[in-house]
Amino acid sequence: MSEHARKYWRSLGEISGDLRFREWLEREFPEYASEWTGSRRALLKLMAASFGLAGLTSCRRPEERILPASRGIAGYVPGQPLYYASIMTLAGFSTGVLVETHEGRPTKIEGNPEHPASRGAATAFAQASVLGLYDPDRSRVVLREGRLSSWEEFESFIATHMKQAGRGEGLRIVSGAIGSPSLADLKAFLLERYPAARWVEYEPLGRDEELAGAELAFGRAVQPQYRFDHADVIVSLDADFLGLDCLAPVWIRQYTERRRVGPQAGSMNRLYVVEANYSLTGANADHRWRARPGEIAEVARALARQLGLAGFKVLDSGAPKWLAAVARDLERHRGRSLVLAGPRQPAFVHALVDWINHALGNAGRTIYYTEPVVRTSTKELSELAAEAQAGQVKTLVILGGNPVYTAPADVEFAALMKRVPLTIHLGQERDETAALATWHLPEAHYLESWGDGRAADGTAAIQQPTIAPLFGGRTAAELVALLADYPRRRGYDIVRDYWLRQWKGQDGEQAWARALHDGVIAGTGFRAVSVAPDVRRLQGLLAQGAAGGGELEIEFFPSSAAYDGRFANNGWLQEAPDPITKLTWDNAACLSPATARKLGLDSGDVVELEGGGRRILAPVWILPGHADGAISLAVGYGRTRCGRVGNRVGHNAYPLRTLRAQGFLSGVRLRKTGRRYPLVSTQEHHSMEGRPLVREATLDEFRAEPDFARKPEGKLELFSLFREHTYGEGHQWGMAVDLNACIGCNACLLACQAENNIPIVGKEQVRRGREMHWIRLDRYFVGEPDDPQIAWQPVACQHCEMAPCETVCPVAATNHSPEGLNDMAYNRCIGTRYCANNCPYKVRRFNFLDYHKGLQEVEKMVFNPDVTVRMRGVMEKCTYCVQRIEEKRIQAKAEGRPLRDGEILTACQQTCPAQAIVFGDINDPNSRVSQLKRDPRNYALLASLNTRPRTSYLARLRNPNPELVSEEGS
Amino acid sequence: MLHDNETRDLGMQIFSKRVDRYFRLFFTGLFLSALGSITLFAFISRPQFTEVGYSPVQPVPYSHKLHAGNLGMDCRYCHIGVEQSAHAGIPPTEVCMNCHARVKKDSPRLAKIRESYETGQPVPWVRIHRLPDYVQFNHQAHVRAGVSCVSCHGRVDQMVEVKQVEPLSMAWCLDCHRNPAPSLRPPELVTRLDWQPDRDPAEIGRALMARNGIKPPTNCSACHR
Repeated sequence: MSEHARKYWRSLGEISGDLRFREWLEREFPEYASEWTGSRRALLKLMAASFGLAGLTSCRRPEERILPASRGIAGYVPGQPLYYASIMTLAGFSTGVLVETHEGRPTKIEGNPEHPASRGAATAFAQASVLGLYDPDRSRVVLREGRLSSWEEFESFIATHMKQAGRGEGLRIVSGAIGSPSLADLKAFLLERYPAARWVEYEPLGRDEELAGAELAFGRAVQPQYRFDHADVIVSLDADFLGLDCLAPVWIRQYTERRRVGPQAGSMNRLYVVEANYSLTGANADHRWRARPGEIAEVARALARQLGLAGFKVLDSGAPKWLAAVARDLERHRGRSLVLAGPRQPAFVHALVDWINHALGNAGRTIYYTEPVVRTSTKELSELAAEAQAGQVKTLVILGGNPVYTAPADVEFAALMKRVPLTIHLGQERDETAALATWHLPEAHYLESWGDGRAADGTAAIQQPTIAPLFGGRTAAELVALLADYPRRRGYDIVRDYWLRQWKGQDGEQAWARALHDGVIAGTGFRAVSVAPDVRRLQGLLAQGAAGGGELEIEFFPSSAAYDGRFANNGWLQEAPDPITKLTWDNAACLSPATARKLGLDSGDVVELEGGGRRILAPVWILPGHADGAISLAVGYGRTRCGRVGNRVGHNAYPLRTLRAQGFLSGVRLRKTGRRYPLVSTQEHHSMEGRPLVREATLDEFRAEPDFARKPEGKLELFSLFREHTYGEGHQWGMAVDLNACIGCNACLLACQAENNIPIVGKEQVRRGREMHWIRLDRYFVGEPDDPQIAWQPVACQHCEMAPCETVCPVAATNHSPEGLNDMAYNRCIGTRYCANNCPYKVRRFNFLDYHKGLQEVEKMVFNPDVTVRMRGVMEKCTYCVQRIEEKRIQAKAEGRPLRDGEILTACQQTCPAQAIVFGDINDPNSRVSQLKRDPRNYALLASLNTRPRTSYLARLRNPNPELVSEEGS
Repeated sequence: MLHDNETRDLGMQIFSKRVDRYFRLFFTGLFLSALGSITLFAFISRPQFTEVGYSPVQPVPYSHKLHAGNLGMDCRYCHIGVEQSAHAGIPPTEVCMNCHARVKKDSPRLAKIRESYETGQPVPWVRIHRLPDYVQFNHQAHVRAGVSCVSCHGRVDQMVEVKQVEPLSMAWCLDCHRNPAPSLRPPELVTRLDWQPDRDPAEIGRALMARNGIKPPTNCSACHR
């Protein structure tokens, strides 16, 4: 082991001791952050202008109007938020949400605790979706051949057009995955009316291969359903089930439940990951091996052979030792283990994995199978393309989605659209597809329309609007109702009617009210179907040889910001650093340090990637821990028509992604262009200088020495030059973050942004180190740069009892509250930034510019009215969501009772799918946070500074396989 | 070069010594007048001068004196949020029409109310009591603690046109937060604007504080968040 072995590092620059990096690190405010760059003359001009304007501001404030509603609204009291249960659907799978609305404006998304896919958690995408609602670049008007039209005109047009549709010959419909039962019903209605029509469901990041794999294994396309909470050993083959391949936040909950250990070490699950890219799941693994995407199939085969599925046990000399150890571990945990494959892997890998799970007796325990929630098909899209080329398609209706941008490159969707005489596109954006469509119709956002959907396990729920459509959008169901001349036309009627039909024989009204109230329709989850593997066919798969890999392989991933491109215009998501690379506002071709050395590449070099005769340009990012000989590239970037935020952000990967290479592409050629591209990563920002900040041990080490996390400090003798505060009375707020549960998913960061009106600053400002996120999700590498492990640490204001920031503020803008909060009075702050200089945790954020300036009225609707919108020249930081504390305190007082433990949830805590964050009263010995703080793993950051932070961390544990540890150690 | 030497040799003085004094006088004067105008500006721009007495013309000539005073309507008939929410709230037009659908139903002064009720458009009332955006005031907390409407809004039941009577400045808020006892009364009496205590109000207040655990906060985040 080298000196790097137990050293935590954040970037390659840090570990190599790069001088430029040192310089960056040592400057409190990075390059140009505070220097005046204009000339002296410009400064004088500015000063003169400000003096001139100073006298013009009037003495009395401007007149302000109060506009009460004309009619009262039942249950609504001005100033009190209302919560609506609804669902958010992504690629056909729904998650239950609670939508907080203020005066009719949805402002915040929370998970719905009643919903089986959410259990109270919401993902980063859900948190940011509320910003998407108020996106002023959303499509606002009906367009006919690019000219302004109206819904009325379209309605009369389509009525006459559909009269000539006959049996629907030449009518083709392309939609995203349909999980919605009422839309599926409408689809059936339309296809009954136009039997010759065809309807294709296509998702660029669909799970076609998973279903195809099940069909291979069982002869029936069934969807695997996982029970991570029942699994002791999990093996993931390129499946990022905690990150971007996660269909329900509850998966994360189930997984982390099994990683919790009490003060006395209990048991923990063990996670093995084999993958090319460094995924979120890989970062949480106990053991991780790097393999090119094309090699995963070999790993699956070798694993199956090791487990004796070939009929006899093969002592495969070619298989690595670790694989044998994994196989033995799986065998030891028969019925309590789980093997999964990622959606980018081909069908036969899924089939093998299904077989392995059956052979291990996991079926029915950690995995079961149901009817699929959605059935998408890339193959049908290619068939449609062939029909269009043959001139057989007369009318093409595109219901949502952006196939011109996302469809496989060899489908040539743009050319296809030009071959069709009439194309109708319904979409939220005037995107690449809208530009080529005869008719473009604005689609309603999920927060402003009626609908329904199914969660990953099949549980249905109603999507209810929380605001009237802002830009006159309609839903896919409403458009289909028009096309098919369905008796109901409004979304509400369509959805309600459908469900009232399902509830025949019950009190429909009551069931409807209950469904809306609970946000979930009880008893609609899919029942498990019993399937048996077709062993002979599977053994045939096992016998097949390895497919020859090319020089380089490129794997296509969902983007953590844009997903498949649909969120590209969402500034919150674009600015949230990618969990692993910490890149913002960009994607990059990630490759391993060894591959970069071999090819002579550095981060930021622009390369041309060529495969199958198609080329794209992309900048390189060297990612420690990436598999050699492979490139990972996120799709969803390089949009040209999504809006002012997302246009030309990043590089488009779709042109390389063909029908045969939806997951990954082999035989890629890479050519250096000699150009450089500025990539902005936050991984080096706000560093805490290599002190022992993140602490971890193995489960066995913890059992031997439970208080290992407190060792680095030793015994401290602390004294203060300042008069010490006393904190004995009333509530004393504190927080504990369990690093063993945290998976690093960014949901907290976005929840905080939505709750606390945190601005977007843009790529250029992030480059200067001016990002404003109150939570910094530190990602540390540990070990060799070629194959390091990752550790997480979310850091926000620590609310020190002896806060260094407070003593240096010349205007007393930051003060301590009697309850131990480090308060920040924005209106008092004059922007000296002394506090940020003196903060050892680097958690204070300064408004260098007026980031909220120039917002349109519709954009302002997203603001949380309980939190001040900060202006230029003001320092800000985490407040422990003091607005939520006060809200609950006032509520408890009004009800004449004390505050209950767990009643106050900070925004980050509420949304955390891993339940890693606990907030509460540390003066109450029985509160959950007090219990956690008594845990032997509990430690404070930089305790030796005597700052006495109120936030503490519970050290992380890993659960390595003892067999493999001894091997690796040798 | 020659020129420089000449100047030095001549020992020529362009300004006499007296000029120094003029300069000092001038700059002292400038400094004093600047200080004076800043002080004056700070003084006259205080809320006592700029905010108190503000009484804009409302779109509908609604008289609080008539409704709350003469007719004796409780504040909460219209301002329903005051006990449940941060905002007391301005009533929807529907509330006016509860009575005015029958009472004075043809009065021209109520034309805008009827119009609003029919069209669904709001009546654009002009806001009088306004706090800066960085202040979070909560009506519910104050009213339930026993701070009467009259403490901040004055005798609204005697005002034909409502005007602001208190500065609503931070110092004014803190005066009460530091010494709340004289401003407290039993919470059920908060909307009785003419209520007079039968003994020392501070004594009543102290009893209430002890009984209900009233401890008004003075830390920043109590109002600024």
